[in-house]
Amino acid sequence: MTVMSAPMTFAVPSLCSPHAVSSGTPTDHAGAAACCLLEIDRVSLRFGGIKALNDVSFDIRSGEIRAIIGPNGAGKTSMLNCINGFYRPSSGHIVFEGVRRTHTRPSIAARGGIARTFQNVALFKGMTVLDNIMTGRALKIRSGILKQLIRFGPALSEEIEHRRKVEEIIEFLEIQAIRKTPVGKLPYGLQKRVELGRALAMEPRLLLLDEPMAGMNLEEKEDMSRFIVEVNRTYRTTITLIEHDIGVVMNLSDRIVVLDHGCKIADGTPAEIKSNQQVIEAYLGVGG
Amino acid sequence: MLGIDPTKIAFFAEVLVSGLLSGVLYALVALGFVLIFKASGVFNFAQGAMVLVAGLALVRAFGWLEASMPFWLALPLAIIFAGAVMTGIAWAVERFVLRKLVNQTALTLFMATIGISFVLEGLGQQIFGAQVYKLDLGLPRDNLFALESLFDGGILLNKLDLWSAVLAAVLVAALVIFFQKTRMGRALRAVADDHSAAQSVGIPLTRVWFVVWTVAGLVAIAAASIWGSKVGVQFSLVFVSLKALPVIILGGLTSIPGAIVGGLLIGAGEKLAEVYLGPSVGGGIEQWFAYVVALVVLLVRPQGLFGDRIIERI
Ligand SMILES: Nc1ncnc2c1ncn2[C@@H]1O[C@H](COP(=O)(O)OP(=O)(O)OP(=O)(O)O)[C@@H](O)[C@H]1O
Ligand SMILES: [Mg+2]
Repeated sequence: MTVMSAPMTFAVPSLCSPHAVSSGTPTDHAGAAACCLLEIDRVSLRFGGIKALNDVSFDIRSGEIRAIIGPNGAGKTSMLNCINGFYRPSSGHIVFEGVRRTHTRPSIAARGGIARTFQNVALFKGMTVLDNIMTGRALKIRSGILKQLIRFGPALSEEIEHRRKVEEIIEFLEIQAIRKTPVGKLPYGLQKRVELGRALAMEPRLLLLDEPMAGMNLEEKEDMSRFIVEVNRTYRTTITLIEHDIGVVMNLSDRIVVLDHGCKIADGTPAEIKSNQQVIEAYLGVGG
Repeated sequence: MLGIDPTKIAFFAEVLVSGLLSGVLYALVALGFVLIFKASGVFNFAQGAMVLVAGLALVRAFGWLEASMPFWLALPLAIIFAGAVMTGIAWAVERFVLRKLVNQTALTLFMATIGISFVLEGLGQQIFGAQVYKLDLGLPRDNLFALESLFDGGILLNKLDLWSAVLAAVLVAALVIFFQKTRMGRALRAVADDHSAAQSVGIPLTRVWFVVWTVAGLVAIAAASIWGSKVGVQFSLVFVSLKALPVIILGGLTSIPGAIVGGLLIGAGEKLAEVYLGPSVGGGIEQWFAYVVALVVLLVRPQGLFGDRIIERI
């Protein structure tokens, strides 16, 4: 394979190849609106001179597992940060459940049903597993501060209801034994699991997972994969997954979008991505 | 009993208790620092200025109200007024300072609080006056003798100190319940641990900051009413916060129990040192004892007794 075989990919990094294939996702907006939970519409994000995202468009359909892959620094985490409002895109729009925005805020995204985990575990170190997961219910608690204090009537039954939900998640993730353990004391793999639990406690419509299996051994990866698939099946939760382990990605996801240097270079089913020339080159470090 | 003179034990107890009681006051100011540091990572230089403004608002409103209504009505109204002033300050600080400085370094935020403290000192004295105001909240001021059955003649205590301790204990208990049992309390702890994670579950940082500064403002009212009752409401209240510094260094910047225990240790330590070591080193130990302790703690255990180890990321 010669470098010349893909003339478009060598353009200056700030320009994306017009060839960015999007098989399976026709740019038919009228049709897409009905099916899509989230639509990324020509989003760019600049940090000083760096273009972390460059005119990226793709969509996420209700109920699917959508993977975002790409080499280090491709802009995957930045994409999630735009979706849940940590970053503000320099241009473009994000349409979530039909609402079109140029940017959002984390609290608005959370209220809208977007939950996430972080590439580097971000738990509340001083709290137990139970309390950590309980914070996921923050937005769902309704009763006022006084009622919470005296735990009377509706506030009490509300608290019980939240507890029940949290216990259900703890059971689902098979972490009953460590319910009362401060999370700082847990091994990394379990911390990632608790973080997933906290996100699930929000009963999200869209779950963003940033490298949920990074640093895990094979057995832990298998467990995590199983949880992800089960969440998707049982709760019908739409999932967006960033993951470097290509094997895992090919197994889990319905569709994959590939980023490289902030540009979308491919979009399609695992089979399509596997045979995509540009993707292969990006991963082999050619042409970038 | 090992041949120790009981009057000496009684004297020791007296010194110890009076030290602990003044330690309660240090703890109260230290508490304000710790609350804000925990939730927003800001070392709030303006805590002393907040105590001053709280005291001024309270004493002036109280004096004015008392002229036209009975004491029992004037006092709560004055406290409510001071509470409103502190809430307003919290709102302004969040809206015009913290919100603009999200994601700035700790040093930038610290410098900003220095600015806030000058503004508060200036505005506070401009609006409420700059004299020394006597504050009498009706707390008893006479002395009493306790434990008379144990020691001959009992030990001498000041009632105002006792009431301060009670007030501080109630305040701390209320704070603990607030932190442990309410949604807002849980949210505060979450923000203290990890800003991004807290935001991702929908906790709005800005509202949490507002609440924390308000709570710190209310704690400042408590500190101001007690200190003000003792020494009058005046500019020197600002320097009370200087005594809180060694307390939080000893107790740990991030620990509420640390602020309490640190305050008690420093309070008792400096009184005992003054009485028992003073004569042999020429006295005046009380002035610098706390700072020497803080220095030793910084050298031996920089995170303090109860604090989290702070690892500076480079
Ligand atoms: N807050 C920020 N400030 C400045 N530059 C940033 C910031 N966040 C991301 N970047 C830059 O944007 C680019 C994309 O980073 P991003 O973290 O999104 O990559 P990624 O695909 O998640 O990589 P990885 O696989 O290593 O996690 C990088 O060049 C990074 O340095
Ligand atoms: Mg990343």
